[in-house]
Amino acid sequence: MVTQAYAQEAVTPTEENLDHAVDATHGEGVDAHDPTADTHATTEAHGEGHSDVFPPFDPATFPSQLLWLAISFAALYLLMSKVALPKVGSIIEKRQATIDADLQAADADRQKTDAAIASYEKALAEAKSKAQAIATQSRDAMQADLAAKRSAAEATLATKVSEAEARITTTKNAALAHVDEIAAETAQAVVGQFVGDVSADSVRAAVAKVKG
Amino acid sequence: MAGTDPIHQFVIYDLFPIHIGDEAAGNALNLSFTNSSLFMVVTVAVLTAFMAMSASKASMVPGRFQLAGELAYSFVANMLRSSAGTEGMKFFPFVFSLFGFVLVANLLGMFPYFFTVTSHIIVTAALALLVISVVILYGFFRHGPKFLKLFVPAGVPGYVLPIVVPIEIISFLSRPISLSVRLFGNILAGHITLKVFSGFVVSLGALGALGWLGALLPLIMTVAITALELLVAVVQAYVFAVLTSMYLNDAVHPSH
Repeated sequence: MVTQAYAQEAVTPTEENLDHAVDATHGEGVDAHDPTADTHATTEAHGEGHSDVFPPFDPATFPSQLLWLAISFAALYLLMSKVALPKVGSIIEKRQATIDADLQAADADRQKTDAAIASYEKALAEAKSKAQAIATQSRDAMQADLAAKRSAAEATLATKVSEAEARITTTKNAALAHVDEIAAETAQAVVGQFVGDVSADSVRAAVAKVKG
Repeated sequence: MAGTDPIHQFVIYDLFPIHIGDEAAGNALNLSFTNSSLFMVVTVAVLTAFMAMSASKASMVPGRFQLAGELAYSFVANMLRSSAGTEGMKFFPFVFSLFGFVLVANLLGMFPYFFTVTSHIIVTAALALLVISVVILYGFFRHGPKFLKLFVPAGVPGYVLPIVVPIEIISFLSRPISLSVRLFGNILAGHITLKVFSGFVVSLGALGALGWLGALLPLIMTVAITALELLVAVVQAYVFAVLTSMYLNDAVHPSH
């Protein structure tokens, strides 16, 4: 390999070499249908400045390439359009349909759940308001009952107090009436000790005079 | 043999010679089954096998092969739908075949000693002309003379049209050229570069210890370029398919 590369570089485009190259090309190119042989000649001629056909631009290969490209691409198109792509496409579509159906079912379930939650919350609110009404009612009733009992008790107490006050007044008056008697007796006794006997009536008059 | 000749890899030779016509009469045709033909057939076989394997199980939860096949399918389908719309989806098998053919042919060409089908201008030109023919034929079939509105952009004032219409026509006619030369040039240049650098490794390696040291640099380059060429192989197939989709869009919706 390397030697050839060197050979290519080493060869100078002298008249002799050029002739030789042309000869070689002609000699090997007898079988024109063997492009391999042609290219060997090309390769050798390359370093000598001889411009042979660059393989991608070689028109001799065009008919064969076009024919086999047409055959293989047509086969590929048919295989893809009739077999492979419809199959893959149907798989993808089927999956998409399944996913859509599942999503729809999930959405329906979610809506059902939402409805259940809403009805539950409604019932809860109703129960709460009912409970509050009951509580208010019973509290009012209790308060009324309590007030009635308290006023009754207060009335009883008031009568008892007034009765007691009346009794106290009578007792006080009675007591005050006795005070004069005690004072007269006491004065009679005291005066009797100092002066001698004094009549009860005069003492009483004196006491009444002092009391004034 | 021509181990370091960067051109040798593009040589086409007969495997099963088929020659018709008379050479003396000047109408000889070489329709032989060549190495190029072999790799076209291999490309079709690889792509078909891949798609067949991916579709063989058809399970609801895809396995690896099935997922790869479905990704390829939806990749091309989305690409075509985004550029040519839903009506362009009738060309889906065509675009998928083109993309797959170019991609697999490019990637097979990355194997050492394999022939690269897309490194020959006649192949890429044939594919590009096929695309443009489909565009023109379908455009006229679908829209009749209205297809020519493609060359008359809407909303352009009348006095500019004499300039714009020729530009549009030239740009339309240059499409098959750019489409084919882009793919051909990228693949050809990449393979030549790769071969030149790997040839340096061989040449320098033959020089002994010092040469081995010197061969290290082109060896690293060869590895790096191999990675780059893998990228180019995929990107060029993608570009080919994207441009095909956009040209097909013109056939489906000729008024811009």
